Amino acid sequence: MAVTKTDVEAALTSKFNPSHLQVVDTSGGCGASFEVEVVSEKFEGKRLLERHRMVNAALAELMQSIHALSIKKALAPSQLPPPAAV
Amino acid sequence: STRCFSALSPELKSTLDKVVKSHKVILFMKGTKDFPQCGFSNTVVQILKTLNVPFETLNILENEMLRQGLKEYSSWPTFPQLYIDGEFFGGCDITVEAYKNGQLQEQLEKAICS
Repeated sequence: MAVTKTDVEAALTSKFNPSHLQVVDTSGGCGASFEVEVVSEKFEGKRLLERHRMVNAALAELMQSIHALSIKKALAPSQLPPPAAV
Repeated sequence: STRCFSALSPELKSTLDKVVKSHKVILFMKGTKDFPQCGFSNTVVQILKTLNVPFETLNILENEMLRQGLKEYSSWPTFPQLYIDGEFFGGCDITVEAYKNGQLQEQLEKAICS
């Protein structure tokens, strides 16, 4: 069964309650392939490898059918750059 | 669907313990360093070549048992998988980010000088 962008968004939303979430379908016809960006309090104090492991774990069931997953961002809110001064 | 069996037998685990420590830098990838068969694997190969460190590659496409076993061994669902000094370092995205911020070079230097 094909995994959709909506499936990925739903899984990440329920696990991370993210303040920012972006899922891009990058499959281009070769199978389910996604790029994700997640910003969540749940990542606070976690190292990069650990944050990526959390994303992979959240998508564990879907990973069986996902061809490629690229985690572009997995950040805690405190890691975000400050908003540009106007 | 949930898988009810483990690909990682105790025998395979002890074999992998040895394999990941067999070289300071070892990349489990799709294809070989001279003929990568996936863009993500190729990216990591190119980074390691750019940094000019000796590294070995193992083609997981040629060994299904190794492929399934490593996913559990590393708790990482995809390839490539980079190991430095016997420790899982990360997949493609982590390696790219660590390359950009200098942490990869630092880790590699530490491993190669140890």
